[in-house]
Order: sequence, then C-alpha cells, then structure tokens
Amino acid sequence: MIPELGHFALILALCLSVLLCTIPLWGSWQRNVTAMALAPNLAIGVLVFTTLSFACLTWAFLQDDFSVEVVANNSNSLLPWYYKFSAVWGNHEGSLLLWALILALWTCAVAVFSPQLPLVMLSRVLAVMGFVGVGFLAFSLFTSNPFARLLPGIPADGQDLNPLLQDFGLIIHPPLLYMGYVGFSVAFAFAIAALLGGRLDAAWARWSRPWTNVAWAFLTLGIMLGSWWAYYELGWGGWWFWDPVENASFMPWLAGTALVHSLAATEKRGLFKSWTVLLAIFAFSLSLLGTFLVRSGVLTSVHAFATDPARGMFILVFLGIVTGGSLVLYALRAPAVASRVSFTWISRESLLLVNNVVFLVATLTVLFGTLFPLLMDALGQGKYSVGPPYFNAVFIPLMALLVPFMGVGPLSRWKRDSVRRWQAELLVPGLVTLACALTLPLLHTGDYNLWVALAVLFAGWLVVGLLRDLANRVRNSASLGAGLRRLTPSYWGMVIAHVGFAATIIGVVLTSQYTIEHDLKMSPGESDTLAGYEFRFIDVGAVQGPNFVADEARFVVYRDGREVVRLAPQKRRYLASGSVMTEASIDAGLFRDLFVAMGEPVGVDGAWAIRLHYKPFVRWMWAGALLMALGGFMTVADKRYRRQRTVAREGLREGGVRGAQA
Amino acid sequence: MHPVRKQRLWLVLFLVVFSSSAIGLMAYALRGNINLFYPPVEVAAGLAPVGQNIRVGGMVVEGSVQRSDSSLEVRFEVTDYEAVVPVVYTGILPDLFDEGQGAVAAGKLDENGVLQASEVLAKHDENYMPPEVAEALEASKSRMAEQSGEQGYGQ
Repeated sequence: MIPELGHFALILALCLSVLLCTIPLWGSWQRNVTAMALAPNLAIGVLVFTTLSFACLTWAFLQDDFSVEVVANNSNSLLPWYYKFSAVWGNHEGSLLLWALILALWTCAVAVFSPQLPLVMLSRVLAVMGFVGVGFLAFSLFTSNPFARLLPGIPADGQDLNPLLQDFGLIIHPPLLYMGYVGFSVAFAFAIAALLGGRLDAAWARWSRPWTNVAWAFLTLGIMLGSWWAYYELGWGGWWFWDPVENASFMPWLAGTALVHSLAATEKRGLFKSWTVLLAIFAFSLSLLGTFLVRSGVLTSVHAFATDPARGMFILVFLGIVTGGSLVLYALRAPAVASRVSFTWISRESLLLVNNVVFLVATLTVLFGTLFPLLMDALGQGKYSVGPPYFNAVFIPLMALLVPFMGVGPLSRWKRDSVRRWQAELLVPGLVTLACALTLPLLHTGDYNLWVALAVLFAGWLVVGLLRDLANRVRNSASLGAGLRRLTPSYWGMVIAHVGFAATIIGVVLTSQYTIEHDLKMSPGESDTLAGYEFRFIDVGAVQGPNFVADEARFVVYRDGREVVRLAPQKRRYLASGSVMTEASIDAGLFRDLFVAMGEPVGVDGAWAIRLHYKPFVRWMWAGALLMALGGFMTVADKRYRRQRTVAREGLREGGVRGAQA
Repeated sequence: MHPVRKQRLWLVLFLVVFSSSAIGLMAYALRGNINLFYPPVEVAAGLAPVGQNIRVGGMVVEGSVQRSDSSLEVRFEVTDYEAVVPVVYTGILPDLFDEGQGAVAAGKLDENGVLQASEVLAKHDENYMPPEVAEALEASKSRMAEQSGEQGYGQ
C-alpha cells in the first residue's frame, strides 16, 4: 500500500510541475499577477509530494518490502539499517528520485529565500526549474519507476546492495554530488529568465551568484568524496582515474568554476554578461550530460554499473531540448543583454578572462576526451578508449598556465592596473617563494624532483599573492584584528578557496611523485620496507561481519624499531551476492598515508598477494577540496546577498508587481 | 583603429592562438594515448598490431587461469568462443575477475601473439558486462549461427 502511495505522490508531483512550468510563465507573459504569485506555492507543492514519494521508497527499503523490485534487487534483510537507507539511492531508479527530490528542494529554496526578487523574475525562474522537474519526474515515472512491484512471486530475501556501495562515503557522496549538479539548474534558470525578460544587470548577477557558489561548493564536496571513496574502497589506492564517470562530474565543475568567476565580473563591473549566461547554460547542460553518461551505460568505465540504453535515449532527448532550446533563446536575445563596458588589458577583468578561457578550454578538452570513444564508435571507426595520459598531458599544462595569473588575481584592481605595481607588490614575495621551491624538495630523501619544486613554486605563488593582498587591506586599519574583521565574508571565501586550490596542487603533485607502491607476494612472518616503514605480516584470521565473512591479514608497521600502527585489511565475501570485496586498511596522516590491501591467495604456503603503499601528502588534496567548498559556502554569508529581508519583501514585491502591471 | 575594436581584435587573436595551441596539444596527446579494442577473433587473425597499446576482451576461459608460485604473474586466456588469446599480467587482479566472466585486458601484443597486459579492467557489478565484450560475443555468436545454418543447408 505504501509504495502505491509513493507512486501516486510522484504522479501528483509531476502534475504540479507541469502547472509550475506553464501557469507562472503564462502569467509573466500576460502580466497576470495572480498566475505569477502561484509559482512559489506550486514549488512548495512539488517539494511536498516528491518528499512524500521519496519517504515511501525509503520506508519500503527500511521495512524490507521485497515485493518492490528495486528493494528486492538492491537490499537484503541482513543489511545494517543505514545501508538500507543509502540503498535508496544506490540504484538507478532511486537515484533519479533523489535527483528529482533535490531539484524540488532547490526550487523551493529559491521560492522561499528570494524575497528581494521581482515577482516576474521569480515566476520565470521557478517556471524554468519546473520545466527541468517535469523532465526528470517524467523520466522517473515512465522509464524507471521506483515503485514497480514483483507480483506475484515475492522473493524471500533481496539480492543485496552492491558491496562497493556499502560504505559511509557512498551514503553521502551521491546526495552531495546531486546537490551540485542540480544546483546549477538555479544558475541556468536565472540565465533563461534573464534572457526571457531581456534584462540582465548587476542585480541579476547578485541574485544568481550565491546560488551558483553554493552549487559549486556542493559539487566540489561531492567530487572530493568520490575521489576519497575510490581511494580507500576500490582497493588499489588510486584517487583519480580520468574515468568517464568521474569526468562526467568534473566537467560541470570546471564550467562552474569559470561561471563563478565570470559572475564576479558581471556583478562588480557589469561585464561579460552574455558570456556569463552562456556559461550558465553550458554548466547545466554538462550536468545533464553527466547524468546521461552515468545513467545510460554508453561508456566503458571502471565505475559502470548495469544500465539500460533506452533510458539514456530519454535523457539525450531531454538534453537536446534543454540545450538546444536555451541556445536558440540565447541566439535570439543575447544581443539585447550584451555589455557596453570597457577595460584595459592590465586589469582584474583580463585576469578573470584568462581564468574563463583556461577553464573553458579545460572543460572542452575533457569533454573531447570523454566523448571521443563515443564519436569514433558512432562513425564505425572502432572501439577506442582514451586513457589517463591524454588527460594528464592536456590538463596539467592548462592548470600550470592558470596559476601565474591566479596569483596576481586577488591583488589586481578593476578596470585599470599597472604591471609596475604588480612588480612592486610581488617581486620580493615571488623571489622568496622561488627560493622555497628550490630548497624544499631537498628535504625529501632521494632524488631532487623538479615537478615537486614546480608545485611548491605554484602553491607558494598563490599563497603569497593572497597574503600580500591581505596585508594591503589590513594596513590602514587601527589594529590587525580590526582590519581582519572588516573584511567581508565573500572576500574570506575567495581567500580560503584559493588556499584550498594551492593545497590541492601540493597534494596532487607530491602524491603522484613521491608515492611508493609495492605489489608483492607475502607469507605470514615476512616483512617489507617502504620509505623507512617496515610492514610486518603477522597472520591471517577469519572474521565474521553482519552480512559477510572475511579473511583478515594483520600487519604491524614499525619505524626505527618502534611500532607505528597495526593495520588489518580484509578480503570479504558477501553472503547474499557471493561477491568478493577488498577492504583496504589505511593509517591516515597529514604528511603521509600508509595503505595495505589484500589481493588473492597465492601459492600453497598461505601466501597472499599484498599491496603496500606509502602515499605522502595525499590528504592535502582532499583538504584542499574541502577548503574550496568552505570558501564557496562562505561567500553566501555576505551581507549584500541578504539585505533586511522583511523590508525588502514589502518594498520589492510591490515594486515587482507594479513593474509587472506597467 | 577604434580602441574598442582594437581590443576586440586582440581578444579574438588571443583566443585563436590559444585554442589552436590547445587543439594541437590535444591532438598530440591523443595520438599516443588512445587504444583500440580488438575481439579475440581479430587478434588471432593477425589484424591487431604488435607492440602497440590495444585492448582485448572476452570471456576468461574456464581452467585457463594459472598463477606463478614465486611472483604475482598470472596467465589466462580470453575468448569470444571463436578464437582464444593468451594474456600475461603481473600484479593484483580486480576482485570480480574470475573464470567464465567477462574481462578486458589492456596492453601490448608480443611476437608470439601473447598479450602482455599492463591493466586488467575491473567491473563493479555482477550483472555488468563491458559493452565491447558484449558486442564482440554477440558478433561471434551470430557468425557461428550463420555458419551452422549454412552447414545445415549444405547437408
């Protein structure tokens, strides 16, 4: 009964979405205030019914209702309750429902937290989001209904959740990633609404900027968690594979990064207007493309799960409608919103332009590498695959090109600046950084590594640029504390995010360069030494988990004869599916991780294939991503985005209505 | 020239130079780093290049997996039920690698027709079959069906 209720709620949500994308739009066209004022209520309605539907599916999972097909295929009565909960989105149908739920959440958030928005604008934004909602709710209902029943012949128990997904990281990874993906729909809706209205000004950028920053921050967190999960759960210690599914989430991030920066120029200087709109369309289209790539199974991926091509077709058509439609609208209306502001070459505008060009080109190269196999296959040229070397070869030089400009960015002035001023500000700190970069790699025992020196130089350059700018801003204040307090949250957000980027550079390069990996055959009693850490293999024992049995290898790690840590990786066999899983054991640290994973038993004397890794600075990468996300969230706290709400509501609503009637 | 136009000209020039160098870089990077998939029947027929990075995929032949006692070397064979390609790999195999399951190995073919694999692709899901493998098996199945059909006709 409950699943039918969920199904019914989903149908109602679709109906309300159809109303949401038609009535307010008609109202904004006809200047009908009543019709426009319906939009926020409809948005709340969609959220209520989507939530109800999602709750029903969750209930089915928690209650082990195996008559529901997705529950039978993706859950098991032995599964701990929190994995039953995360199993709701550990499958195609449920994850789409989550997509729809998060979209409804964002739509409702826009409806509730935008009192300063004129009603015409608000109704258009909500209508566009309603249209996206129609697409995804229809997709869910017509091609992948999560409430389909297995009647008659209810299985006695479920087939279990894929063991790889039985993990804490995977409980929160998809929701965060979707928050980011779907969050770009807000920026997209604002862009389309602006094109529809033909009005694009600094106020528009101010409305759409906080939403974009939050979406970008969520996406950053989601990607970070995915990378972290791959590192400890896939059992081979890698953290980024340039896998199509990873690229699917990375491309919207790259486009979103460009968007975040061009929005800054649009808000402060009224520049790059039509460009910003195009980027917003682009970022959301890439989110849809990402959904298509992941959900259709058209690409071979180490991440690929069983999927259904017919469903891919639906998203592809939807993607075509959304992207095609918005680009046509853009072509028709963009000339009306073009900016008429000039700037000189040596200015912050130019530096932001460099950022945009680099990130856009990076997006396109990743897009090309990801779609190349599909393209060749479609042309009948054979089945190619594009490996990580391609992506590294194009992506790393692009980022290296970015960093010199990025270091100057925070210091630079709008409109007109001078190279001489930059020299005066940055020459000495730059030389200090260069000295650090040349000497710091010497601390590492072993060969001098030029890549590491370069990474230290780049990261240091970013940090000294920020410090110099902080010093300039604080200089004229009465005290250091007073000066620091006066800085706005959005400025702090920028500083934190840029420091995060510097930390990520250090993490990525040092891990790649200094990692030591030994794959070897080990018997209990043997030991192996990496970077001064002696890994001693003690024995193998049997362990019983809630829904698996495992062989557990016990290791003790010594350094200079002192015990550092005990590690116990497992090889698990899950009872319901019979599938085998590697559970790595990691000792995490700020400067190094020690990683042990089991392969398979080898030979006759109880030996195992063992994977030992020493990974320095690997945490810096994720810490950097965390800082970037934190920076993104912080910008929203800025006062200019939340003027006195009650006053604004009275004043601007009326203004909006008057404007609408005029 | 009008300063705004001049600025625009420089901008366009910058974009052209930058994007063409990016495209050049991409083409260069792509040339050495893509690899083509071959079904076992094409490898056996000598259609696959020797010494270049390729991928070969099919079902792992039952009973073909042999592990070395002293190192992590593994030998196995993949088949599309028409031809068999031997594969040598040193390292730790993915969890879901098993006899009678689909697998894709990436590496270089040596003179003896043995694939020296540098990577064996994992799948994450019991029900998932790499699309190339599925297609290669489908193709070989239809060819065999055709052949047996012809034989039947001849008799």
